[in-house]
Amino acid sequence: MAKTTARDVLFDPVFKNNPIALQILGICSALAVTTKMETAFVMCVAVMLVTGFSSAFVSLTHRVVGIPGSIRIIVQMTIIASLVIVVDQLLKAFAFSISQQLSVFVGLIITNCIVMGRAEGYAMKNPVGFSFLDGIGNGLGYSLILMVVAFFRELFGSGSLFGYKLAPLVTDSVTRADAGGLMQTFTGWYVPNGLMLLPPSAFFIIGLSIWALRTWRPEQIEKE
Amino acid sequence: MPRESTGHIFKIALGLCVVCSVMVSGAAVILRPLQQANKQREVRKNILLAAGLIDSPDVSRETIEELSKRIEDRLIDLRTGEVLDPTALPSELGISRIDEYEQVAAARDPALSTRLPRDRAIHGLLRRENYSFVYRVKDDDGRELIVLPVYGTGLWSTLYGFLALSPDTRTIEGLTFYEHGETPGLGGEVDNPAWKAQWVGKQPFDEDWDITIRVTKPGRAFDISQVDGLAGATITSQGVEGLLKFWLGPDGFGPYLDKIRAAQRPGRSERPGRFPDPAAPEGGSDG
Repeated sequence: MAKTTARDVLFDPVFKNNPIALQILGICSALAVTTKMETAFVMCVAVMLVTGFSSAFVSLTHRVVGIPGSIRIIVQMTIIASLVIVVDQLLKAFAFSISQQLSVFVGLIITNCIVMGRAEGYAMKNPVGFSFLDGIGNGLGYSLILMVVAFFRELFGSGSLFGYKLAPLVTDSVTRADAGGLMQTFTGWYVPNGLMLLPPSAFFIIGLSIWALRTWRPEQIEKE
Repeated sequence: MPRESTGHIFKIALGLCVVCSVMVSGAAVILRPLQQANKQREVRKNILLAAGLIDSPDVSRETIEELSKRIEDRLIDLRTGEVLDPTALPSELGISRIDEYEQVAAARDPALSTRLPRDRAIHGLLRRENYSFVYRVKDDDGRELIVLPVYGTGLWSTLYGFLALSPDTRTIEGLTFYEHGETPGLGGEVDNPAWKAQWVGKQPFDEDWDITIRVTKPGRAFDISQVDGLAGATITSQGVEGLLKFWLGPDGFGPYLDKIRAAQRPGRSERPGRFPDPAAPEGGSDG
């Protein structure tokens, strides 16, 4: 096997071994937090930090003191849970409105399969630095899919991107002066696609992106 | 010591617990003041939104802090409508300052709440706290608006919000919801500024102070006491109507509003035209 470089460890999970598209992990939060790009972005950063640091700490603990096999899952869970609580507290202190929109989903990073999967599958066998990069890389892969899903859902569901209105909705109306100086109420023209605001739409978008990814890289197609 | 021995397992488990608990509790303790301040500011922001002093939730921290000076907090007894004297709070509350009162928690505490019969309560919420905050907010014209915290059940969730009334309690000055879990795009549209704007200027009572506010089917609101419901969100719309009827009624802020009206009635007040000073016991004497 060729020598793995830090670069491979960091960027392989983005396209080659994407946690959502290939490993099919972390789908649940990809459905829940992707109605808006802003919340999806904060969720991505949170997951990336948790995966990175939990992998690093699991690897560190294993290297320094040796995690006994019989309690290794509990040890990993404890480390992950502690980090998630810290991230949740930080969000509540410094990004309050976004933390309210993310509500329980920050706490649910604990059960995000990507975090645990990388701790068990990679960090237990690899050095601290590589484990950290692997965690960040998988966080990036997760983020890529989340941002793609959120892009389409916010664009078609709310007619905006990152909260910036691109298409005025029929449910919105603004009263302002028209060319002749008269006050007029203007209503938008875009009828939002309600399906995009509901979780199933994320399934369709994830499905389509897996299709696109496997058309580009046919080696990802599972053998029959 | 071998890795799989019982002693080693205990040592690792114990060590990990200590390290993790220090980390978690450290973060919680250090960040608490910031989080509390955020929560406080969020409440203030929503009071200001309901009172119409700000138009959008995206305003700077400084604006909120500046405008918050116009808000005056009061704690009232919902059973009697009396404003509590902040220097002599009932001992059952166990607090010394009114801003220590946790209203949401009190609504679930049997000692601080009242169980209502099913036909009088909001659907799904049988307990109502005995004490509630009310806020008096000076608007740009110097009027002192009455902002009431309200809540009730929608389709999926409990909606929490603020209702602002004009000083004579006749007219709705604004309604906002700051916490709910309704379906985005359907019931979640209770947040929509266009829908909320409909409420401004509506009259929830008739001449005899009977509650007449109604949320109609979308497009069917023709009256000063009717508001268009949300399309595709009948249950959320009904929930909003239900919670307003409850909170404006005898089990909600009815007694408090009655006292305000009584004090404003000509001949009752020593200084007609002036709003009563609710810090003094309102309508305290019957003579």
